[in-house]
Amino acid sequence: MSNVGIVIVSHSPLVAEGTADMVRQMVGDEVPLAWCGGNGHGGLGTNVEAIMGAIDKAWSEAGVAILVDLGGAETNSEMAVEMIGEPRAQKIIVCNAPIVEGAVMAATEASGGASLREVVATAHELSPS
Amino acid sequence: MSAETMNKVELKALISATADTIAAHADELTTLDQAIGDGDHGLNMKRGFEAVRADADSFAAKPLPDALKAIGTKLVMTVGGASGPLFGTLFMALGKEISTEPDRADLATAFGKAIEAVAARGKSQVGQKTMLDVLQPVHEALLQDRTGPEITDAADRAAEATVPMKALRGRASFLGDRSIGHMDAGARSTALLVRAVAETIEGYA
Repeated sequence: MSNVGIVIVSHSPLVAEGTADMVRQMVGDEVPLAWCGGNGHGGLGTNVEAIMGAIDKAWSEAGVAILVDLGGAETNSEMAVEMIGEPRAQKIIVCNAPIVEGAVMAATEASGGASLREVVATAHELSPS
Repeated sequence: MSAETMNKVELKALISATADTIAAHADELTTLDQAIGDGDHGLNMKRGFEAVRADADSFAAKPLPDALKAIGTKLVMTVGGASGPLFGTLFMALGKEISTEPDRADLATAFGKAIEAVAARGKSQVGQKTMLDVLQPVHEALLQDRTGPEITDAADRAAEATVPMKALRGRASFLGDRSIGHMDAGARSTALLVRAVAETIEGYA
């Protein structure tokens, strides 16, 4: 698929999966989509390995936009991007946007074939500046 | 700590000493983290450093820079939470910056670069009630060629000094003024690691 992919990273697998459900229902299957949540040990948290896996799953040559919830999700996502390394890393952006609204809006933009820059800009518009 | 090259120190001894101190203080770290964080720091750090200990032989077989990078990666993958990438970045960046047989000056330079990497990863700086508040004084002590016990004391005092600080980064920052009066768990674990490393190197000097 040539559309930008969307990855949802929450501390809670329930939040991540629920957000992905909303994206699927509202946007459809035109966008590569993956989610992860939980610390990998049954608790709340985020996990670099799982995030790397989700990026692989949602990978698109057009790039991947990541939506996160709390601080640790952002830190771990940035770590995951760094560990994936170039050349792919330059096509992966962690968005500064509310996770649910950001994921839906970014996916909507992506489903129309927008570039990674446009998808991320759409998500960022939701953040209070 | 002497000016001897670090390669005289068995990496395995350092791994063992750091894992021992984290395990011995896991409950204390968790208690600190329960006060102003999410209460998983002790368990997370213990899981990570035990994972490093389990692979000590493979790390020890590598040149120092590669070993440190591999240890950092292991910590990223096993510690979890926000601490995983922060402590992982510290070791990964140290590995990237250090020479194969570093002297004291090389160590100090690489340590300074590693601190910058941690600050960038956490989008944080000194004075925000984080591990950086311990790393920075330790770096200064290294630059000033202080002894092991002096460096260890500086680290302990720096961790204590996070008590009256207001947290500006991480989960504790959600508490605002209520974060004041508690030691930062990451600062405490950093001081513990500094002590373990300094005492191990001292023992070899």
